[in-house]
Amino acid sequence: MASILQRIGAATSLSSSNSFDTKKFNLSSPRSVIGRKVSNLDVRSNGANKMNGGMNCQIGGRADHFVTNAVATKPEAPAASTASKPGHELLLFEALREGLEEEMERDARVCIMGEDVGHYGGSYKVSKGLAPKYGDLRVLDTPIAENAFTGMGIGAAMMGLRPIIEGMNMGFLLLAFNQISNNCGMLHYTSGGQFKIPVVIRGPGGVGRQLGAEHSQRLESYFQSIPGIQMVACSTPYNAKGLMKAAIRSDNPVILFEHVLLYNLKETIPDEEYVLNLEEAEMVRPGEHVTILTYSRMRYHVMQAAKTLVNKGYDPEVIDIRSLKPFDLHTIGNSVKKTHRVLIVEECMRTGGIGASLTAAINENFQDYLDAPIVCLSSQDVPTPYAGTLEEWTVVQPPQIVAAVEQLCR
Amino acid sequence: MAFAGAKIIQPLTVHASATRSPDPFTNNKSTSLSSPFLGSTRTLTLTRSVSPFTQRRSASTVVAVSDVVKEKKVKATSNLLLTKEEGLEVYEDMYLGRAFEDMCAQMYYRGKMFGFVHLYNGQEAVSSGFIKLLKKEDSVVSTYRDHVHALSKGVPARAVMSELFGKKTGCCRGQGGSMHMFSAEHNVLGGFAFIGEGIPVATGAAFTSKYKREVLKEDDCDHVTLAFFGDGTANNGQFFECLNMAALWKLPIIFVVENNLWAIGMSHLRATSDPEIWKKGPAFGMPGIHVDGMDVLKVREVAKEAIGRARRGEGPTLVECETYRFRGHSLADPDELRDPAEKAHYAKRDPITQFKKYLIESKLATEADLKAIEKKIDEVVEDAVEFADESPAPSRSQLLENVFADPRGFGIGPDGKYRCEDPKFTEGTAQV
Repeated sequence: MASILQRIGAATSLSSSNSFDTKKFNLSSPRSVIGRKVSNLDVRSNGANKMNGGMNCQIGGRADHFVTNAVATKPEAPAASTASKPGHELLLFEALREGLEEEMERDARVCIMGEDVGHYGGSYKVSKGLAPKYGDLRVLDTPIAENAFTGMGIGAAMMGLRPIIEGMNMGFLLLAFNQISNNCGMLHYTSGGQFKIPVVIRGPGGVGRQLGAEHSQRLESYFQSIPGIQMVACSTPYNAKGLMKAAIRSDNPVILFEHVLLYNLKETIPDEEYVLNLEEAEMVRPGEHVTILTYSRMRYHVMQAAKTLVNKGYDPEVIDIRSLKPFDLHTIGNSVKKTHRVLIVEECMRTGGIGASLTAAINENFQDYLDAPIVCLSSQDVPTPYAGTLEEWTVVQPPQIVAAVEQLCR
Repeated sequence: MAFAGAKIIQPLTVHASATRSPDPFTNNKSTSLSSPFLGSTRTLTLTRSVSPFTQRRSASTVVAVSDVVKEKKVKATSNLLLTKEEGLEVYEDMYLGRAFEDMCAQMYYRGKMFGFVHLYNGQEAVSSGFIKLLKKEDSVVSTYRDHVHALSKGVPARAVMSELFGKKTGCCRGQGGSMHMFSAEHNVLGGFAFIGEGIPVATGAAFTSKYKREVLKEDDCDHVTLAFFGDGTANNGQFFECLNMAALWKLPIIFVVENNLWAIGMSHLRATSDPEIWKKGPAFGMPGIHVDGMDVLKVREVAKEAIGRARRGEGPTLVECETYRFRGHSLADPDELRDPAEKAHYAKRDPITQFKKYLIESKLATEADLKAIEKKIDEVVEDAVEFADESPAPSRSQLLENVFADPRGFGIGPDGKYRCEDPKFTEGTAQV
């Protein structure tokens, strides 16, 4: 199955050897099977079914087969996985590392830079073992100078390397905003297409366990307006590895949002190589009554709420949007057309968050299909408090999700 | 350069010092000035040293080179600093820079280009002095005052002028403008509007050079990167962060400070606690050089050493070029704050006039040779304007191109197809 994905991947992903001539926009070649043709999907879903009988998450796209077990509701508890199935079990941070390592092995231009990524192995151990293997220049321990080393990664990318820049915590990337907004996002355009910036900017973000306001930020809302960048959020070991690989192979600058509380999620992932699609959303649980759109950690709160909802007789459709910028309007649209009700559950702040943009996008594109106004559950517009009780009330909790669905489906 | 209320020092006084390494406490005298402004009260002094790059292992000595070249010149006339070909090449480049910028001013006032245009008049010695020593594979990073850097590096005048006119034949297809000159072919990595943000990019290019040599095993990769920026930028955090990283990893980069003493209307002395920027080099573990940026020969000598260092893998250098811009900060700047006496002082040291004089006096070229070059360049600039004038403006279809290297980044539309496949994209009318 992975080989099928690979072939599709080869057809759809414009690898560095086939540089895309943006000036000509020549998409008519049959090779570019970029359209969502049903036949491809069938192949993929069937293939997926063979592979992931025991897996809890979907291979991206419109797979028809799935396992209804919600993934573990508490991030630290291991996901249900069947050891007898092919594949290997690992934790999410290991999946990220696997993706990193495979890409570094495949292409000598791929390098990592960031604080403590080398000898320390990364603050969440994502790059553990890579510096001894690849050397101190390829896995570069930088001084604490986010703006400068992000810019350095961008300059290196312009000259042919493919750096992965780590923000030790996503919040630290606020210091690199100059470089991310001006250079990362804009240079391809202002240079008239002469230089590309194939960087991956990644790091842990989101609200953790009493990490305090500054270490609990959600930068996706700040970065989403920057033209020229893509943003993805991983939520399972399977999609973490797939998205990491896709982001590294992409010629666009990609910001990969990981979540501090999800690094120890356990799952069995395929042994074969696979690369996911950066622009696609993931169907977590098909349903009929309501579309719940979510990403990152809130996916688990939603699935926990889904259990309760199923017991109460509701049939929610849960989609992990994965691609925060751009939105996968096809998957989302198909769902809206089916259920006519939308609930967005996110960890972003209320004001100007991903949910706000998503609400606008759905209203604009699928107005006619909605039976009720879109409901968006976001974190409170407050700096995340330290106290555990207060922190719990800033983010969306499963009972709120259940209540919102009940309200929406009245 | 003028202190408010103090007399002009011309040229900068040289305090001979017995030791090779500068002692900050004996050399920098605090002169009590009557001026009340907040800024450094130190006079700028140059430390004279015999050879440009005396180094101790731990802390590099800071040197000023102005006198080295003078000494060399005084010696036997057979010991010339450059050949006739080199001399003519440099002269042509400097003259092109001046003629081009003068034409830009004309075109701006005629309404052919808009926005912020920052001209380089007066600083040509720095651009020609450094960039003419580079190979095509070496990189140059600049700021918004980048037209002449691009020209020196080899970007055709036509391409730069078209870019300024906003035409599709511009080096960046009209999408960059005056402050964003890029050329992949000539390795001009920009063109940046925010000061300081280009320096990390330059550091990255230098990093790639080292990476190619050490990781990708391209043993002959000795490409160097030049980062040009001004005195205002030398107070910016990114500058210091990059000095640190470049010295730490011995990156093949040269930080060239074009100290023209003014950051728009902010005098360098009012903005900087210690105005001797070259001193910041040794603080980070690299040589810091101060050079007379109005003298292309001196700049060239320093550049040769610095570039040689970088190529040999010995690490970065910080070079402070004392220079001056004859025009305002930009074409929109009324330039009211600068003392006319200061401007006159530097106008007398016009780098092109100085170099022309040198070429003729040292018999490297005749008046006729130089006139021929000037005529040729005037024609090149005229041709560039004509070309730019006649070139078409970008069509609507260009609007959405080049936002992403991989246009699938625009995402999947409601119909399941990638949005970039929508014909409205190629027409530039799609809503993104």
